[in-house]
Amino acid sequence: MAGCKPKAAPVGAGKKVKVAIDPVTRIEGHLKAEVEVSGGKVVDAHVYGGMYRGFEQILKGRDPRDASQITQRICGVCPTAHATASVLALDDAFNVKLTDNGRIARNLILGANFIQSHILHFYHLAALDYVNGPDVAPFIPRYAKNDVRLDKATNDVGVSQYLEALEMRKICHEMVALLGGKMPHVQGMVVGGTTEIPTRQALNAYAERFKKVKKFVMEKYVPLVYLLAGPYGDLLKCGGGHKNCVAWGVFPEADGSTLLKRGVYTDGKDYPVDPALIKEYVKYSFFEDSTTGLNPTEGKTVPAPHKEGAYSFVKSPRYNGKPHEAGPLARMWVTNPELSKTGQDALGVKKLRDIGDAAFSILGRHVARAEECAMVTDAVERWISDAQPGKETFVPVPVPDSGEGLGMTEAPRGALLHYVNVKGGVIDNYQVTSATIWNANPRDDMGQRGPIEEALIGVPVPDPENPVNVGRLIRSFDP
Amino acid sequence: MKDEKMLPDEQQMKTGVSRRDFLKAFTGTAAGIGISQMFNPALVSALQEELKNHPVLWIQGQGCTGCSVSLLNSVEPTIAKVLLDVISLQFHPTVMASEGNTAMENCYEIAMKYKGKFSLVVEGAIPTAADGKYCICGEMHRKGMTIEKTMVDMTKELGSAAGSVIAVGTCAAYGGIPAAEGNVTGATSVMDFFKQYGIKTPVINLPGCPPHPDWIVGSVVHLLTKGIPELDDAGRPNLFFGENIHDNCPRVDAYDEGEMSASLSDPKGCRMDLGCKGPDVYADCYKRKWNSGMNWCVDNAVCIGCVEPGFPDGMSPFYEPM
Repeated sequence: MAGCKPKAAPVGAGKKVKVAIDPVTRIEGHLKAEVEVSGGKVVDAHVYGGMYRGFEQILKGRDPRDASQITQRICGVCPTAHATASVLALDDAFNVKLTDNGRIARNLILGANFIQSHILHFYHLAALDYVNGPDVAPFIPRYAKNDVRLDKATNDVGVSQYLEALEMRKICHEMVALLGGKMPHVQGMVVGGTTEIPTRQALNAYAERFKKVKKFVMEKYVPLVYLLAGPYGDLLKCGGGHKNCVAWGVFPEADGSTLLKRGVYTDGKDYPVDPALIKEYVKYSFFEDSTTGLNPTEGKTVPAPHKEGAYSFVKSPRYNGKPHEAGPLARMWVTNPELSKTGQDALGVKKLRDIGDAAFSILGRHVARAEECAMVTDAVERWISDAQPGKETFVPVPVPDSGEGLGMTEAPRGALLHYVNVKGGVIDNYQVTSATIWNANPRDDMGQRGPIEEALIGVPVPDPENPVNVGRLIRSFDP
Repeated sequence: MKDEKMLPDEQQMKTGVSRRDFLKAFTGTAAGIGISQMFNPALVSALQEELKNHPVLWIQGQGCTGCSVSLLNSVEPTIAKVLLDVISLQFHPTVMASEGNTAMENCYEIAMKYKGKFSLVVEGAIPTAADGKYCICGEMHRKGMTIEKTMVDMTKELGSAAGSVIAVGTCAAYGGIPAAEGNVTGATSVMDFFKQYGIKTPVINLPGCPPHPDWIVGSVVHLLTKGIPELDDAGRPNLFFGENIHDNCPRVDAYDEGEMSASLSDPKGCRMDLGCKGPDVYADCYKRKWNSGMNWCVDNAVCIGCVEPGFPDGMSPFYEPM
């Protein structure tokens, strides 16, 4: 891609240098990246998922209602999203229809944590790639040459917002707790709706906190992301990857649509979602070869930790045979709403697609995430006024003897699918295809790189001793 | 990079808030909820010197990062104060600026330099099957060699070098969900792992899925100022895990009068018929509440017993009475 040029003279031009980063930090989970650098750029990449717990095996034989509690423990940053996917799968399997207030309460629980997660990601996971923290642990040590390009005044703004953002994300969790019981890991998301009927008092407390958060998102978070585009403008020009997107749709509205749209974007064209086109490959994953190429509804998860040639505990899901990225960029690309006023002024365009390929870049993913945060913030404000104090949010329903359910939603970090098959009143099969599985997967059986692996190609690494852009690219996906 | 090894006493000069101010604030606002009793200003002062040599290394095994995220919800002191003034957090995969070899070398250097003095925090279970391959934490590059570190390696090496270990969260304390029935990874708690390898370093269990931020901060401060708090049979501080949920539940009167909740969204009554595990659970959630006092599990739905050694198997089905 044009403009993706290293600033300094490349070290070791002409020959290949291997650079390994393990652990990749400021992410959720265990990830290693290994890149080959030639001529100051990444020419090949492998991403290793280094941890396995076996939720699929653990869920088998349990009361299906327990799945929404157990699967939340997959991710402590986005438990509400796993709870949502799980209860959607269970609603489907139990054949239950929510009350309207139940739908709104779920949106308010998930929405507050979406905002929380985006703030946490930008400030506390990603920002230290662009801003120098105070000179104390855990902000040191850092790379000797970490390519932070801000003047002191701007850097100070970044640090002060880092600290303020800690407070803001905590307030978002308070909002979740008001309706969901506690955070991380909510009690309130269950098959049939939510457990706590919102009172006027709880909604007021939620709204009062929301006001502070909205002000922060609109006046600080969104503008700071665009401000980075000045000194780090070159990062809008690298890290493109496959440029394919999956988005399952999230935040159901009263009319049956979703706030963030459901759709797939493959090789430059838009398509409706067909879940039958999802297949998970395991040739390079530590799972039995016989389980490769299956749709999640027939999915099997059989670990093979010593498998020759495998390098990751992450499976490689493909949509219609192709790798697709998931996350705020994928959702905003599929939905393509009008950008915030700040965004329109900064970019000189009305919508994300108007900036074309630049959206598929390290900084483009941060822009999409911030814009999405603003959009979800606006919607949460609307749902607060839609919520009806005292009105039922829960429909009790018995555990069926058998049933099958598919829950497709979006975690802050991307497309999330839960599948449940109930037999004899207990879970017979449960499969999870999470956002990070879409993004941080290894090569598939056809040899195609995973989305992060592909996006690393061409990323400038002028100094292999300080491979700053590798971490920047990986964290732009919020794995 | 010259400030790399700076520890808390030097940190306070930069941030302008002294540890003593912090402890005062903490003692003050925590009054009435059971934390204040453990602080004696004279003792705190005497231990100032000790704190300087007490860095914290935080490692993550089979977990979800939820314990770390819960810690971020600390109210008083705020997490910013905790990070800048209370502890010298030299290694934490989710928070620290550094990554890869730099982070790993720093971790092991600190462990060598402060051998027997630093505290190790373990979040997540330790998968012992398949030679530890189910959790790889990082690698070090030395003289062209790559040394891979699994969670088993790090727990063994850092655990035996530490002065004390905090097993934060139910996974590290008792195995939790990764060790639940059906697991294939040999997921193990810190205490069982230490027994297996003959490691004698004292362990404080802070269960909870996740633990309340006050339980983490309160225990760390107790450890730094007064040493290891008094523990129960399950290795948990009595300070936070000494009281039964049901016996102290604001809804216990309803139970005594036989008033039971009709459904999960019924705001009134005792939750026992809906599956609440309160009678078998020891923690102070009923008075501490969660997320700055917003709510707690029993007022919202049911207690699922996440702080108990039997979680989740001994506490499930979650929505059926025991």
